[in-house]
Amino acid sequence: MIDAAVASTVLEGSRLSWNIVADIRQLFLFSFMVNAFRAGTIVAVTAGALGWFMVLRRQAFAGHTLAIVSFPGAAGAILIGISVVVGYFAAAIAAALVIAAVPRSPGGRARTSESAIVGTVQAFALACGALFVSLYGGFLSGLTGLLFGSFLGVSPGQVDALLAVAAAALAVLGVIARPLFFASVDQDVAEARGVPVRFLSGLFLVLLGCAAAEVSQITGALLVFALLVMPAATAQRVTARPMASFWLTIAVGLVVVWLALAAAYYSVYPVGFFVTTFGFAAFVIAAAGRTAASRSGRVRVPAHAGLTP
Amino acid sequence: MPAEERSPVAVRFTGAAVQIGGRTVWSDVNLTADPGEFMAVLGPNGVGKSTLVKAALGLVALSAGTVTVLGRPAGQSGKEIGYLPQRRNFDTGLRVRGTDIVSLGSDGERWGVPLPWGDRLFPARRAAKDRVRQVIDLVGASAFADRPIGEISGGEQQRLLIAQALVKGPRLLVLDEPLDSLDLPSQAAVAALVSAICREQGVTVMLVAHDVNPILPYLDCVAYLAAGGAVCGPPEEVITSPTLTALYRTPIEVLRASDGRLVVVGEPEPPARHADRHADAVDRQ
Repeated sequence: MIDAAVASTVLEGSRLSWNIVADIRQLFLFSFMVNAFRAGTIVAVTAGALGWFMVLRRQAFAGHTLAIVSFPGAAGAILIGISVVVGYFAAAIAAALVIAAVPRSPGGRARTSESAIVGTVQAFALACGALFVSLYGGFLSGLTGLLFGSFLGVSPGQVDALLAVAAAALAVLGVIARPLFFASVDQDVAEARGVPVRFLSGLFLVLLGCAAAEVSQITGALLVFALLVMPAATAQRVTARPMASFWLTIAVGLVVVWLALAAAYYSVYPVGFFVTTFGFAAFVIAAAGRTAASRSGRVRVPAHAGLTP
Repeated sequence: MPAEERSPVAVRFTGAAVQIGGRTVWSDVNLTADPGEFMAVLGPNGVGKSTLVKAALGLVALSAGTVTVLGRPAGQSGKEIGYLPQRRNFDTGLRVRGTDIVSLGSDGERWGVPLPWGDRLFPARRAAKDRVRQVIDLVGASAFADRPIGEISGGEQQRLLIAQALVKGPRLLVLDEPLDSLDLPSQAAVAALVSAICREQGVTVMLVAHDVNPILPYLDCVAYLAAGGAVCGPPEEVITSPTLTALYRTPIEVLRASDGRLVVVGEPEPPARHADRHADAVDRQ
């Protein structure tokens, strides 16, 4: 049965029918698609969890740089002939440690000095990536994959690596989640209460580097925000309850990835485009919903308005 | 708690001095707050009021003298002190409820994540949650505690932050400029709230203020800080022309307006407030 279905799909090409069950079954006929769904699921969960904290901490710029760094990481790994997966993670973690090493002071000025370092690292990383590509030569189709994503080449070994890193990163996040939340929203009080703010922020950057390296392998280095920022930004617009918005972030990420992989399978366009488009659609819906809700529900006046004599 | 178990003083500085980066911030500071007292720390900008508070918390080391807080050296009474640092307001885009900010005061430093439905399974979790509701009620913040903290007014945020500092039932409440950047009605309301907490809960309050007038009716004692040292005592004895003249070693005049407000004239202010704020930020590094 399956063999016949594979044969007919191979002969006729993948096409969408009106039979949804058959369409979904067709998605999982090939092992590369099964691998892509496994990898996409792992990546969506990891990116959602770390992205939620990244959006809360206003560290999107750092997250973007950690993702960009995966481009020279992967290109360099290909150039010197080691595993691309190792290249992704090594580069992202190294960049996270560089950013974390910036001396910081309490208060708002830490973020300013951080963004200067982050920008420097990002520019240097992109330049290195361009150098590695030109040193390697004749590598152009791979370049598009590194920058804009590809799900065709996800190997079972890569899925295992994604799973191992994701499990480790999420386990560490589980241990530090509450103090990290405290330090993210209320740094001064957290510090006075003995939360190791500096250590947590460094550790968080390393975890974020892991997540960015994972997402890069699906969406490409330039489109990681589709999974790091969009689900979290969407969920935080929907609800201000931390637990609810955290789980909603992961749910949005999963739905976006699954839909995008299906869409990419049935079309000729890159998967990164679909991940980004569906993520953006979710964000627009959430933002529009909130605007509508606040228009209709805006009856409350500020408490001090009534007190003035 | 029986009186003899309590330490006789809540906060005591004896001959204390602090140096930051080789510069003496203040020296020869002697001051005492008794349990249950409402004490204000006053003084011009940049004189080191926040540093004084941090010395009491053990976050800044003394270069001379001693600090005793609740009967122990500074820094060893962590759980018994509620601290509200000097701050700017929360970012307007911060999508976290006031309740969550208050809860962090109760368990924010604990590792791990709260289990879903944990408050149904564990009585301690339920008690902590009830306590959060209780302090939010106490500060009169129930109406807006479930709104995102960035969307409420500065005075409302300040009430929730006081609730956060109170949630562990501290014996000493340290508030660094809680009235800064509030409008006048909010200043009066927050000052009355702090005083009520001080009287009804028996909490010692150490409040840093730039302007004494909103809190003047409630104060038991005042610590007036200047470059030369500090004077500590009841407000009517400290905020007088002779005392402040002696403290600053330059003529100072204290005037009483017809509505009871005090105006200090001749106070040596640093040349520009902006530069002074900057110096303060450097101090905090």
